[in-house]
Amino acid sequence: MARDLRTNAPVPAPRMSVHVEDELLEKLRAGEDSVFAEIVRAWSPVMMRVARFHVSTEASAEEVVQETWLAVIRGLDAFEGRSTVRTWVFRILTNLAKTRGVREARTVPMATLSSGDEADGVVDPDRFRGPDDEWPGHWTSTGAPTSWPTPESSVLGAEVRDRVAAALSVLPERQRVVVTLRDVHGLDSDEVCSALQISPANQRVLLHRGRAQVRAQLEDYYRGREREPQP
Amino acid sequence: MTERDKPVLSIDCRGVVELVTDYLEGGLPPQLTAEVEAHLALCDGCQSYLEQMRRTIDELGRVPVETLSPEAQQELVATFRTFRGVQRS
Repeated sequence: MARDLRTNAPVPAPRMSVHVEDELLEKLRAGEDSVFAEIVRAWSPVMMRVARFHVSTEASAEEVVQETWLAVIRGLDAFEGRSTVRTWVFRILTNLAKTRGVREARTVPMATLSSGDEADGVVDPDRFRGPDDEWPGHWTSTGAPTSWPTPESSVLGAEVRDRVAAALSVLPERQRVVVTLRDVHGLDSDEVCSALQISPANQRVLLHRGRAQVRAQLEDYYRGREREPQP
Repeated sequence: MTERDKPVLSIDCRGVVELVTDYLEGGLPPQLTAEVEAHLALCDGCQSYLEQMRRTIDELGRVPVETLSPEAQQELVATFRTFRGVQRS
């Protein structure tokens, strides 16, 4: 479960459907504040991420998310319910964040950002057998991945989490944003494509390369542990 | 050449590694899905790779996230009450 950095309180993953959609709209319109509080809590983390992609600072992203929720409160009666509440909220968010990004001159179209997706394969080619081998393109005996130990202690779990967070932070920006929205926040590919305005094929490539690098970091971590002398 | 005459492993490990994301996304055409699965059934290395990728995705879901401060959230809920009328049951 994700946690709020500041309070360390568990943050419900946004993939969790808070309510059946039609009920959700009905309850919000009826003024049920606990339902509103629940979606603010559940959706704000991923909204911060999407906003942060378009604007230049965390503080700015936070303001955009707050503005979005205020627009939601004001717009509830006018909302025609042609999309889900969540899609509607994200559309407001994306519009506000983009407008603000332009004002802040953070006009970085996805296409001009370093994507880090020009390299050939996601795994070191030396780990595969050469063209003259009986089984070209297959794992070498030392190159083949081996299964990882199951995390047996919470200490190890925390170490792994740190390692994953570090691996994520050094990814090229486009990969980092896509992997974060998909795997940390649990958006689906359609939601990511529309929030970032990229094509599904592009989204898949960025996800593929980003995940592969995080996996490689974890593999290094587990291999390092194997080499450590066990007490 | 009939289906039966084709080599057992039509995709090599290098190829499987590059198809893993599409495979997990369910985005591969049925024929290719079948070929990836046939490969996986015979290849420990690729099975481990796929398993590691699932673990990676799992671990990514546990990375801490930033959100609005509790004060900002409370303020929004207060605004909601003001605008939408307080509902007390």
